[in-house]
Amino acid sequence: MQIKKPKVLMFGWEFPPYSVGGLGVACYGLTKSMTKLGMEITFVVPKAPKNAKNHFLNLLVADRIAIGMSDVEEIEGINLQKVDSLLMPYMDAKKYSSLVEYLKKRGGTIENFIYSSESKDFDSKNQYGLNLYEEVWRYANKAAIIARKENFDVIHVHDWMTFQAGIIAKEISGKPLVIHIHNTAFDRSGGHPGRREFEIEKEGFEKADRIIAISNYVKNKLLKHYGVDPNKIIVAHNGIDAEDYCFKNSERNINNKIVLYAGRVTLQKGPEYFVKAAAKICQTRDDITFILAGGGDMLISMIELAAHLKISDKFVFTDWYSKQEGEKLMNMADVFVMPSVSEPFGLVPLEAMLQRTPTIISKQSGVSEVLENSLKVDFWDIDELANKIASVLDYDSLRSHLVEMGEKEAKSMTWDKAALECKRVFEKLIYEHKMSENCY
Amino acid sequence: MPNICFYFQVHQPYRVKNYKVFDIGKDHEYFNDNSEGDLNNSWIIQKVARKCYLPTNKLLLELLKKHPEFRISFSFSGVYLDQLERFAPAVLSSFQDLVATGRAEVLSETYYHSLAFLYSKDEFVFQVEKHKDKVAKLFGVKPTVFRNTELIYNNDLAKKVESMGYKGVIAEGADKVLSWKSPNFLYEAAGCDNLKLLLKNYKLSDDIAFRFSDHNWAEHPLSAKTFADWVSNHNGEGELINLFMDYETFGEHQWEDSGIFDFLRHLPDFVLQNPSNGFITPSEAIETLESRGKIDFFDFISWADEERDLSAWRSNVLQTDALEKVYAIEKDVLNTKDEKIIDDWRKLQTSDHFYYMCTKYFADGDVHKYFNPYETPHDAFISFMNALSDMKIRVNRHNVANV
Repeated sequence: MQIKKPKVLMFGWEFPPYSVGGLGVACYGLTKSMTKLGMEITFVVPKAPKNAKNHFLNLLVADRIAIGMSDVEEIEGINLQKVDSLLMPYMDAKKYSSLVEYLKKRGGTIENFIYSSESKDFDSKNQYGLNLYEEVWRYANKAAIIARKENFDVIHVHDWMTFQAGIIAKEISGKPLVIHIHNTAFDRSGGHPGRREFEIEKEGFEKADRIIAISNYVKNKLLKHYGVDPNKIIVAHNGIDAEDYCFKNSERNINNKIVLYAGRVTLQKGPEYFVKAAAKICQTRDDITFILAGGGDMLISMIELAAHLKISDKFVFTDWYSKQEGEKLMNMADVFVMPSVSEPFGLVPLEAMLQRTPTIISKQSGVSEVLENSLKVDFWDIDELANKIASVLDYDSLRSHLVEMGEKEAKSMTWDKAALECKRVFEKLIYEHKMSENCY
Repeated sequence: MPNICFYFQVHQPYRVKNYKVFDIGKDHEYFNDNSEGDLNNSWIIQKVARKCYLPTNKLLLELLKKHPEFRISFSFSGVYLDQLERFAPAVLSSFQDLVATGRAEVLSETYYHSLAFLYSKDEFVFQVEKHKDKVAKLFGVKPTVFRNTELIYNNDLAKKVESMGYKGVIAEGADKVLSWKSPNFLYEAAGCDNLKLLLKNYKLSDDIAFRFSDHNWAEHPLSAKTFADWVSNHNGEGELINLFMDYETFGEHQWEDSGIFDFLRHLPDFVLQNPSNGFITPSEAIETLESRGKIDFFDFISWADEERDLSAWRSNVLQTDALEKVYAIEKDVLNTKDEKIIDDWRKLQTSDHFYYMCTKYFADGDVHKYFNPYETPHDAFISFMNALSDMKIRVNRHNVANV
């Protein structure tokens, strides 16, 4: 049987530079490579009004999470469908309520705010769910309208807020559903997920025909916490678009060697292990500056920890930085460290490698499953982290090997591999679907 | 009339423990890991003794008693013999029993299983002499045939070895040097007066050493009878079938349940059923067989990897840097005249350390990964370089104190 190129109905997230949480970056890279493989994609994204978006961004900044976002870019070969909705990556129930309060107070554009799942009027403009879960449900019903009119072979959804959209689209069309899972409620909540998020995820995993996990790390979470059948899960590691990261030699005004942490300063990223390893190294040498870049709920306590360990003079805390500043920091650094406690994938070390900087990453990250030219440590093993930092700084051949091979490796980690894996999954499902239709 | 020449490599390195940067200048013991893991040298010797050395030695002794025609040869590294004396004396005495039959030849090599020939000829000669003394002391014999670490060989090595009084050398029968020639004859080394060459038949050797338990191999499971038939097929077109392999093939690389011991047990029976077949030691081959010409090996060859070159130890900057740094301090180390310092420095020369740093094919989960006690080549490099940094501090302290 001749298999035609799959037509995909994708429920994804806005494209960069809306870079909150990396979900948009992943959708962008993946869809671009999928179109290269000849797949036709109808790409559905939630699209909030500008004032809602700006306010949400402020909420994230207050919470020290976001960096920045902007409007959807058009991509050639993709049928883009924007759905009016307040869903945004990194949304949670609390932030949603706060956003609703804000919009209500503003009045004006939003007249009749309350939407309930009983209402038949779910398509009317400017009606949003009263809480996050109702909004998810409203978005799913809007998805149903698209599913009825679009022509496609397979449904592809990304993370929990789009699961119900995928399930409804499947019920209407009878087409197979593929869930692409980037992180779970356990990752987002530091191990204590909300019941409703968990239930929506569990239902999604049960109703999906296949699940694509971005790492074995994520796959193991599905096996452990959701009891998913392992045969249903395919692992396809994320990639990186090397073109998006321009290498430029940066001036440095620090004579010391620079050891860099860059990312959210929060429990699951392990900043305290970075500070403690720094203290260990500072016992024996005086030629290093440690830069802890990024904001987050643990920033203040990290500043206090450095003071407590009497190494404040060795530390620079930058708080939030822009993409350009991030690239500059990565370029200046002599070694980049990602000591994550929990990391479904972990794109940042790849960015450092593209800036020709050696990297040390925790074994508890998805990216460590595929990276060869990075040093790996258990996040809790402070001695070993300190040992490896010192080794990279002291042994030139190790540094140059990690730089040369690391740059090559990061450049080779394109999205094409993940896209090809998706294509295989789609084609197999479409084939099985046709076979089962023929039986009736 | 094909004769099987068995040579078994028996070696275990002193693996460097997970030696951290904070240990430098404080901890001078690099090889004393005491975890239940693959860096614990005594634990490994005892583990391999149970799986391989003791049962295989017992079997070979039975075979030597049963078949007067049976012959074998061993090359023991000095650091291996050292570790047997310390951790497994029963294994040592079982090897002594084998050698005492007079039909198990002992070959010569560098004491530290090192790459010294590539970096320091003086050091090379010293290590070969030290090995000779050790073999004389433990086995009461004097080796006459040399084999360099991992069968690393070229014309220069042949010349050097001949000048040291050896009659023959063992090397890899690599296609790129043999071209149309058969490995199944005795040869001579080009540029030497009369140094004989025994070249490994890698096809038949690897049938036992690598493919024996491979279920995807068309010949699996390989029986002793089939293998004996393959040997007999060389009748008229070969005199010498050189089967060279790691001794750990028996019971360690090929597990007992693969049937490897039964294979070995029955092999002499089936081979000797054909009266034109036989067994031979390297020095017997050199004395009784006629050389079929000179062989010119300009570039270094070895028995490692597909490439059969030096790339297993010298294909990335980590390896070349570590090797150059260890030999760069030769003079200063020897100047200390401190036995412990000098011995530790030499233990750091063992080729395995650099093999563990190899990044070639690491992704494919191939033999490099299988044989690597470190999680990654980088980890191997870091522990090694940290230990070497401490070595330098010891040497400096010692030499400053003596001035």
